[in-house]
Amino acid sequence: MYQIQLDSITKAYPGCVANNAVSLSVREGEIHALLGENGAGKSTLMKIIYGVVAPDAGTMIWRGQPVTVKGPNHARALGIGMVFQHFSLFETLTVLENIALSLPKSFSKDKDALKQKILDVSAKYGMLLDPDRYVHSLSIGEQQRVEIVRCLLQDVKLLILDEPTSVLTPQEVKVLFNTLQTLASEGCSILFISHKLDEVKSICTAATVLRGGVVTGAFDPRVTTVDEMAVAMVGADTPLDQHYPRATGQEVFLSLANLSCTTYDPFGVSLSNLNCQVKAGEIVGIAGVAGNGQEELLSLISGETLADDASMVCFDGHPVAKSGPGERRSLGLGFVPEERLGRGAVPDMSLADNALLTASAKGLVTNGLVDNKAVKVFAKKVVDSFNVKTASILSQAKSLSGGNLQKFIIGREILQAPKLLVCSHPTWGVDIGAAIQIRHSLIALRDQGCAVLIVSEDIDELYALCDRIGAICDGKLSPIRNTDEVSLTQLGKWMAGEMTPSNEVVETAHA
Amino acid sequence: MLKIEKRAVDSRWMQLGSPLIATVLTLITGAVLFAALGHDPFNALYTFFVLPVSDLYGVTELGLKVTPLLLCAMGLMLCYQAKVWNIGAEGQFVIGALGGGIAALYLPSLGAASLWVTLLFGILAGMAWSALAALLKTRFAANEILTTIMLNYIALNLMLYAVHGPLKDPSGFNFPESAMLPANTMLSTLIDGYRLHVGFLIALLAMVSVWVVSARSMIGFQIKVLGEDERAAAFAGFSTNKLVWYVLLISGGLAGLAGIAEVAGPVGQLNPYVAAGYGYSAIIVVFLGRMNPVGILIASALLALTYMGGEMAQMQLGLPKSLTGLFQGMLLFFLLACDLFISYRVTWSQMKRVEV
Repeated sequence: MYQIQLDSITKAYPGCVANNAVSLSVREGEIHALLGENGAGKSTLMKIIYGVVAPDAGTMIWRGQPVTVKGPNHARALGIGMVFQHFSLFETLTVLENIALSLPKSFSKDKDALKQKILDVSAKYGMLLDPDRYVHSLSIGEQQRVEIVRCLLQDVKLLILDEPTSVLTPQEVKVLFNTLQTLASEGCSILFISHKLDEVKSICTAATVLRGGVVTGAFDPRVTTVDEMAVAMVGADTPLDQHYPRATGQEVFLSLANLSCTTYDPFGVSLSNLNCQVKAGEIVGIAGVAGNGQEELLSLISGETLADDASMVCFDGHPVAKSGPGERRSLGLGFVPEERLGRGAVPDMSLADNALLTASAKGLVTNGLVDNKAVKVFAKKVVDSFNVKTASILSQAKSLSGGNLQKFIIGREILQAPKLLVCSHPTWGVDIGAAIQIRHSLIALRDQGCAVLIVSEDIDELYALCDRIGAICDGKLSPIRNTDEVSLTQLGKWMAGEMTPSNEVVETAHA
Repeated sequence: MLKIEKRAVDSRWMQLGSPLIATVLTLITGAVLFAALGHDPFNALYTFFVLPVSDLYGVTELGLKVTPLLLCAMGLMLCYQAKVWNIGAEGQFVIGALGGGIAALYLPSLGAASLWVTLLFGILAGMAWSALAALLKTRFAANEILTTIMLNYIALNLMLYAVHGPLKDPSGFNFPESAMLPANTMLSTLIDGYRLHVGFLIALLAMVSVWVVSARSMIGFQIKVLGEDERAAAFAGFSTNKLVWYVLLISGGLAGLAGIAEVAGPVGQLNPYVAAGYGYSAIIVVFLGRMNPVGILIASALLALTYMGGEMAQMQLGLPKSLTGLFQGMLLFFLLACDLFISYRVTWSQMKRVEV
């Protein structure tokens, strides 16, 4: 029996058709993958099912009955639960309070009974939770459990998970998958949104692929190869293979020495005694689940936050931890932040102005006046050499797709010939074609002798690109070791905070 | 069904069209209002908007009113580009008038140089007043909207105190005003027999200078980045505090200059009415002029016209002078409403009901 059937769902936004006649059926007890790149229309489709967005056309049949979902409350009443990529939890409330808030009054009246129910459900599905803990003290994985338990309490028949594994360590992923399999065996259907094909192959029993708002394939992942699914996802003309030779660095360019920084932000992470070196001609990767101090570390390197002791951060031997971003750029820093719009680029300004944003010291300003001609030449060079698709260099940054803007930002930094390039999530939310191009350019930059530091949650990417790798957890940094010597299990342990001291000996041997 | 939806890209046409539409809507509403008050709407609009500038005297008087508006507005333009919401041009104007006036009245005469000293004191006094807001904002994170408004009232009361007390002209029949400024501290007129003075040229010069800073200089670029996106400014390494000081000092200086130019120009002495709301009207001017120098020049003229139109309507039609405020308010109101359509558009969509 089908749990849900979508027939010819169409939804258009100004300037793009997010879903074009999408049809999709999920059986009872099925773990169904919805695959697609960023911007393929997965999220829109999920929002339609959950009643957040109304479709322009198409029908939805829920357990044999046609329905129009009027909103999330209606969806929940029908038995549809959704866990968004960005959790909707109040960090200052406890688990119990958060769950009570989302349930109908009849559930939440009796706090003790509810608490018992939470304990029962979480134990049954192997997702241990303490109802009295405050959400801000939970790890991301635990917060996700709260969201899932919240859905399960309401007798859910279809559970939608939007990229649930992107925020988890490999070990946590295993736990989640066990839970999902238990749920499915009880008849609950699961719609699993992802772009990681290995995961899909390992737990899903059906898959639908979206590309550009259109269904481009429906597979049984158990018998279909990863390559077949990938082609449906990105199109036949995109090269998929990528193997890069490893490199060994030369002299140290960036060194962090006992870098500590206490944050006064209640939701920030304090860093304690970070040590790390990045050498010219190598790529160092730092893995970690979001919110473990990456933000703080990166802004200490970029100069947006200053440390107490200048020697905590050194560029080529110069202590810079108390210098601002401008001074650090003049010493050879290039920086690609995680937020493209609203930090890496000004949304409403043209690409030309955005080129000037960080490149002003490269001969674009004379006597305090901007040399508009030089700015345009530089912007044009970035657009041409990094294959940025844009109407003109006078287009607003916000009019570019995520991938194109990222190529522009990376290009802007690379063309300033940095001696150290720091990238946060270089290919996050970028389509595969652009991602491959970005990776190529990072490798090329490394081969020219630039020191490159990548901070990312995408472990596959880090393994593909980095010559040495480590992980950050709760403001502490693991040892950084040659990538080929670090097993996925080891990296997962580091990401979870198990940083055995014996590894540090190995690190000193390398350095 | 009518629907308002976000445009994919901001409409350039509406950027420029919005103030024009707002002006037309203001005129239409004005006509309706005049009709409701029992006046022939066309004659009333003619009296309000055309009659005041129908001769050379009217045109020079317009220039006279444009001068303080343009000076204040150019400073505010820089502030607003940085999203520093300086509402204090009025107070900076008053303090500029007071500071410059005191220098003119009490410093020993330096001959022709006295005028420059007077103007300089006006500028410095205005800067000092905006520096208070800058200090409060950068040091204590105090919201500049609140501090500058409060400083306006303090400034006005300082002026009232001065002209009721220590600066009151002993031979002034007990009116709250100072003695007349010495002749060598007064701005000379441009045309004999008319009140338009050199300050108008200074205002035009200031306009061009601020324009160059804003459009061509790196600091102008930094100001715009700060206004658009504070995190990008921090990322690029632009100092927020430095820029806040910069824009507030410039706008305070220009407003102070406007104040002393008014005293050393048409007014000739200190009195509590010198400001006449120029500092507030300049806010409307900046938005009406799209934060663009040419636009601001045109908008200054339009706002100046509402001042003159109000007086003309009072004299010719016996209508209250507060029409000036009414027209200024309507302009701003319609402008803000029209600005919605820069980023949004109205569409007529036939909602297809989803099959049930």
